[in-house]
Amino acid sequence: MQTALRTSLPETGLASRANFAPHARVVREERPVHTSGLPLSIRGLRKSFGDNEVLRGIDLHIPAGQFVAIVGKSGCGKSTLLRLIAGLEKVDAGSISFGDQVQPEDIRVMFQEPRLLPWARVLANVKVGLGRDRASGDAQSRAEKALSEVGLADKRGQWPSVLSGGQKQRVALARALVSRPRVLAFDEPLGALDALTRISMQRLLERVWRDQGFTAILVTHDVSEAVALADRVLVIEEGRIAHDVLVNAARPRERGSVELAGLEGSILSHLLSADDRT
Amino acid sequence: MSLIDSVSFPRSVRLPRVDGLIQWIVPLAIIAIWQLACVTGFVPTRVLPAPSDVVLAGWKLLLSGELVRNIWVSFWRASIGFLIGGSIGFAFGLANGLSQLSAKLTDTTLQMVRNVPHLALIPLVILWFGIDESAKLFLVALGVFFPIYLNTLHGIRTVDPQLIEMGRIYGMTDGELFRRVIFPGALPSIFVGIRFALGIMWLTLIVAETIAASSGLGYMAMQAREFMLIDVVVLSILIYALLGKLADSASRVLERLTLAWHPAFQKR
Repeated sequence: MQTALRTSLPETGLASRANFAPHARVVREERPVHTSGLPLSIRGLRKSFGDNEVLRGIDLHIPAGQFVAIVGKSGCGKSTLLRLIAGLEKVDAGSISFGDQVQPEDIRVMFQEPRLLPWARVLANVKVGLGRDRASGDAQSRAEKALSEVGLADKRGQWPSVLSGGQKQRVALARALVSRPRVLAFDEPLGALDALTRISMQRLLERVWRDQGFTAILVTHDVSEAVALADRVLVIEEGRIAHDVLVNAARPRERGSVELAGLEGSILSHLLSADDRT
Repeated sequence: MSLIDSVSFPRSVRLPRVDGLIQWIVPLAIIAIWQLACVTGFVPTRVLPAPSDVVLAGWKLLLSGELVRNIWVSFWRASIGFLIGGSIGFAFGLANGLSQLSAKLTDTTLQMVRNVPHLALIPLVILWFGIDESAKLFLVALGVFFPIYLNTLHGIRTVDPQLIEMGRIYGMTDGELFRRVIFPGALPSIFVGIRFALGIMWLTLIVAETIAASSGLGYMAMQAREFMLIDVVVLSILIYALLGKLADSASRVLERLTLAWHPAFQKR
């Protein structure tokens, strides 16, 4: 699915490109060959909570099927942007459009907490993800299929309380996937997991994204996770997109490779230099 | 509790068949010591009859049919009063937990009424209802109302808002949200209310029956006092203890069945 075209980083590396213009936007289409994803266009998006203006004019186009990571410091507005995209908050000004008629089942969110119903067995929790199709005849088989996609078919009859943190998050992923969403938004989904579980979850996320071709939007504070997973990393500072960086490394990606580490370093130095300016 | 159990008793030492009986060791020991104290004359039987005398008194009353009739009357009053007060408390708890308007309208009033000890209403209740059945039902219902109201309200208010948001994202209707998220989330707290209410139910009934009744266990005890039948008085008290234990066990079984998902109720 991934072509030989994206074997290496852009020639000059990121640092030089991001340096000359903080708002430079590199619009090069990166997407799986087959995609069920929806494209996403955001124009002039603003959002305030009381007097606090969290997002101050976001313009963004995400092509169908792209994997976008959004990084930034705490309170920079990255989670708000994700919640607006997912329709969990009301837009103050500007617009978000998905280029198509959107059903509620087309857009799914995964949070840092698994948010499983403790009083429902694993399979019933996955079925919740079917939305209005819960009552349909194939609900059972679809939920079972989603559960085997995340490798937990044998846990279908368990209570969530007996699962480990990583397993709970996998059930939450199955619940998000079961309706075959076209946009999947992740709000720091791996933030609460230990380092090893994180890496295996990252692999799982990458695999299901490549299999299903949804548009993925990942909010994270972990820059190495962002460059390991995403086609494109957006750095948000003070409610605006400060940097827009393409990651052209081949997939599946090798963790800890020199090119990813270099990219990670330069994004981090941007985040930290912004710190020095303020 | 369960943690301490498993820490201090290695599995090999535990005798599973004895486990269920352990809780009865203390009550049985108390009865044995009591019997011994009475037989040896350490405690005069005018003060406290021996357990064997109490059993004998119970047997006589059982044969005459008086015991069964009085237990039945008390049991009936307790259950009906509990049902009435419990359902009203549950309904108000639901309404005030789910609707801000309803909470604003009634919560302050209910909190004021709650602070009046309901047994203080006995003189008023006797004036209103006489010593009729309705007097006892009213008092039991009133006593049971508040623990169930407060705990239902608390349960609903403390349902994880993240789960509610999740339910909304996944397109649950209000009805589904209540049935699948809010109610199961509030259930552990509702059970706390039920168990509190069961205690208050017996307490209220004993007091109401000793003061104003012409049947029931409390009445039986008061009658016995009049005729200096101390064994019957003790018998009535013991029956209250047994009925209380029975009600508590019933609610535990119900809890176990409905809260099987809860880590506290899972078998290790």
